[in-house]
Amino acid sequence: MANMLTSFGPEEWNAVRLSVKVALWATLVSLPFGVATAYVLARFRFPGKQLLNGLVHLPLIMPPVVTGYLLLLGFGPTGPFGRVLEPLGMGVAFRWTGASLAAGIMGFPLMVRSLRLSFELVDPGLERAAATLGASAPWIFLTVTLPLAFPGLIAGAILAFAKAMGEFGATITFVANIPGETQTLPSAIYAFLQVPGGEGAAIRLVVVSILISFLALLLSELLGRRLRKTGTPS
Amino acid sequence: MSFEIDIALRQGAFQLEAAFSAPQGLTALFGRSGSGKTTIVNAVAGLIRPERGHIRVGDRILYDASRGVALATRRRRIGYIFQDARLFPHLSVRRNLYYGYRLLPLRRRPAEPAHIVDILGLGALLDRFPAQLSGGEKQRVAIGRALLAAPELLLADEPLTGLDTPRKLEILPYFERIRDELKIPVLYVSHSSAEVARLATTVVVLDGGRVVQIGPPRDVLSDPSVVPTGVRNVGSILHARMVRHHADGLSELDAAGIPILVPRVTAASGASLRLRISAHEVILADRYPEGMSALNILPGTVAAIRSGEGPGALVTLDTQAGPLLARVTQRSVAALQLAPGRQAFAIVKSVAIAPEDIGSG
Repeated sequence: MANMLTSFGPEEWNAVRLSVKVALWATLVSLPFGVATAYVLARFRFPGKQLLNGLVHLPLIMPPVVTGYLLLLGFGPTGPFGRVLEPLGMGVAFRWTGASLAAGIMGFPLMVRSLRLSFELVDPGLERAAATLGASAPWIFLTVTLPLAFPGLIAGAILAFAKAMGEFGATITFVANIPGETQTLPSAIYAFLQVPGGEGAAIRLVVVSILISFLALLLSELLGRRLRKTGTPS
Repeated sequence: MSFEIDIALRQGAFQLEAAFSAPQGLTALFGRSGSGKTTIVNAVAGLIRPERGHIRVGDRILYDASRGVALATRRRRIGYIFQDARLFPHLSVRRNLYYGYRLLPLRRRPAEPAHIVDILGLGALLDRFPAQLSGGEKQRVAIGRALLAAPELLLADEPLTGLDTPRKLEILPYFERIRDELKIPVLYVSHSSAEVARLATTVVVLDGGRVVQIGPPRDVLSDPSVVPTGVRNVGSILHARMVRHHADGLSELDAAGIPILVPRVTAASGASLRLRISAHEVILADRYPEGMSALNILPGTVAAIRSGEGPGALVTLDTQAGPLLARVTQRSVAALQLAPGRQAFAIVKSVAIAPEDIGSG
């Protein structure tokens, strides 16, 4: 094990660091959108609700390569979004931010599903009770609904993070496999397996990615246990 | 402060059309389930919207369809005590209690919040969480939480349903104190004659979404045609004063000169009490009875006899303590030759008067 760690090359470290960065940003940035989408789907009835639900789930159903290609069409230098963003220096194609975008979109359905389920489990009667006590809708959301849905928020964030860490198809299609910029763990493992003698590095990265996944799971368990102690129903 | 409700709404096949105004004190919405009690309370709270009509508390208009006024729930200044307490499970008792209080502007906050917490006996529970409370404790916290939000009208939707008798007895006195000591009107939903008898200043009887009678509990609860739970729950209410406690566990009351013995109640001598006597617990005799175990004998004159379709008859006896109802059989009415104007004696066992039938006021 010690031997394996010392033989870690800079290219491998880069892939690990980049993957964690890409997954963290993907999770953090998509979280507010996930919360809003899940809450709307859990609490409101409106025309087009099934359409929204379908759109959210699309990345889960479509082949990841298709998602990646659609992103490339939209955010590539000649795409409708890319044409606006590129001159501003905010282009995402072939950059790590693009990898984050792809990872975030791929993890989004998982996050929304978990959050929606916990929002649906929050008794609307409690929200009404808060309203009779003088609380405004945003305050009720922040002090009653969201805290009660917190276990689902943690679970959704961990799922999205894990998905982002492992995302391959959409990422490699959208932002390619540029070491140091877009070469995340799965892309690096794939790349090492393509060259003779790369198995050692590939196995090291496999071990690292398993470790990170376990750490994330452990963290969510610990958070869940703390929440139970403070009286929040799990 | 008084309030006035005049609303109409339709929910599927159910049509509600209710209008009544209520004075200071506790107004009980009395009726069987599905009669529209909770719907009215929810309309007052702004949780559902009537199609037309208006709702006024004091001089504040909460809802007026013709003027397009419909205050949001949070602006109505109401306190709502739900049947299931609805405490926030993730907050401590302390943070539950002060949830509404903290949202009030300083000038509207109750002057002595700790006093309310003390009266409700919640001091020792402040750091607990709702999951660690008994049903009675939860309901006490819910009452405190509503009162600390400085309501101008208190709504209570069957707050005692689902509690066992000892818990009910624990909570009932708090509603009596709210009725007698606070200046806020209370709208209290119930289907229990005993609760209504003990708590209500005014009773509004609902049936099928309509008000069928309104009046003081003494009149309403003695009328078998309106008591929603049927003739078995008809009873009379006597007002009495606490005289003294006897060593054998009985308490002696005085109802307009007639001594009445009941199982020990916790009330200081001189305290005014109201007690409910179920009509089916009263025995009638045509002469002063002797050599029997029952302790309370009230002489009176038969005022009315109502016979239904069954074998029973409801006899109203005018006694010194007020009208007393006795549910007997038509056969007994004939055997005793009871008729309006005749002298009779009502016999009531002390143990037939349960603790929940005796309240203050």
